[in-house]
Amino acid sequence: MLIIGEKINSTRQRINRALISKDSHYIQQVAVDQVANGAQVLDVNCGINIKNEPELMSWLVRIVQEKVKVSLVIDSPNPDALEAGLKVHQGSAIVNSITAEKNRYEKILPLVKKYQAKVIALTIDEKGMPRTARERFDLAKKLVKVTAEHGIPAKDVYIDSLVHPVSTEPQQVTEFLEALRLIKTLPDVQTICGLSNVSFGLPNRSLLNATFVAMVLCSGLDAAIIDPTDKSIRSAIKAAEALLNRDQYCASYIAAHRESKL
Amino acid sequence: MIDPKQIAENLINGQAPKVKELVEQALKDGLTPGQILKEGLIEGMNVVGTRFKANEFYIPEVLVAARAMHAGMDILKPLLAKSGDKPTVKFMIGTVKGDLHDIGKNLVGMMMEGAGFEVIDVGIDVSPEKFVEAVKEKKPHVVGMSALLTTTMPSIKTSIEALKSAGVRDKTKILIGGAPITENFAQEVGADGYAPDAASAVDKARELLQQR
Repeated sequence: MLIIGEKINSTRQRINRALISKDSHYIQQVAVDQVANGAQVLDVNCGINIKNEPELMSWLVRIVQEKVKVSLVIDSPNPDALEAGLKVHQGSAIVNSITAEKNRYEKILPLVKKYQAKVIALTIDEKGMPRTARERFDLAKKLVKVTAEHGIPAKDVYIDSLVHPVSTEPQQVTEFLEALRLIKTLPDVQTICGLSNVSFGLPNRSLLNATFVAMVLCSGLDAAIIDPTDKSIRSAIKAAEALLNRDQYCASYIAAHRESKL
Repeated sequence: MIDPKQIAENLINGQAPKVKELVEQALKDGLTPGQILKEGLIEGMNVVGTRFKANEFYIPEVLVAARAMHAGMDILKPLLAKSGDKPTVKFMIGTVKGDLHDIGKNLVGMMMEGAGFEVIDVGIDVSPEKFVEAVKEKKPHVVGMSALLTTTMPSIKTSIEALKSAGVRDKTKILIGGAPITENFAQEVGADGYAPDAASAVDKARELLQQR
């Protein structure tokens, strides 16, 4: 599974302070730390700074890639900020995100195509967020269709069908898992989700997140946006991949054990 | 004779049927609806709020307590309306335009209800125009605006500006909240206050009301 590090996000106060003061050293440290802990791709977000987001995004992409040789997820709803990031990004970026709302994808998909990026597509439309697995699946099909119309192949589309906190919506986790199974029946389409939302409002969140990651892996998740420095999540991913025959000869699991990383 | 404390106790433990039964019994015993509300339901929700704020209570426990509160409120509401003992504070709440999150908004609404306020929930994805219209029509004492995304935070600003242009900004207090919101941001956009969580929102609302 593709592990995307979530920590360079301006909603985290320490990161935002570093963004405002252009403290590249701190941000690079967070990048290095996540990669050292197994992140293969890093999400970068500076969206809390509305006024100069494009300029900041360009800076952020450059300083992160200067330090770690990984692709980035350019995270912004603002097409100008996305383009500013894509312009300077090296390798194949992932754009985060579009929804099935026409005014949103029509501005962003041409950029995805132009910079040969991949794209995260959320199952949200003008009517809001779907409640059932079937509604999520229908929106996923629509998203695959509109991305294809913009010349983006299904293999470059990551569908995020939105995890809700189990504390407030107890029936939503099972709907989400069922949606994953349905979406995986679409040829080549990738699936992605953020993890930490599921445990909002409950104690011992890292246990819930780790258990949930095993469940989503079992339902076919391809990529997860997580805190890779959280050892219990990382361990659960290794264990689940070994159990699901996604880790040949359990090699990665054994290696992680030897390095005391489990 | 039912002691309102028993009602509070059962509310805190989320025992909706028991709360309903005790409220009915308390009325039979001659307690006034106002007293049951204040010493039973509001007192219980106060404890829930305090524990939630201290991380001793978790969201599902708050939800089940709120359900118990509603079980009691359903009985008291018509009686309170009849006796003229209506809530004195109107609190309006909505999630701003472009934002579909409702968990935080609902929690704040429940806490405000638990504090004895009349809660007017205008929903999610509320446009500035809709806020203006609702404030004009309902005349709330306090308006709560919620934004959970960095992308929708600016909608708080445009909503407050819309209230200004419509000439109703100073008729109400504005309290804002949501994950990316900070005290600084609240000052920047001209809100009256910011609360980091649902229980603090009640304290903040009370504080703002005293400034009136």
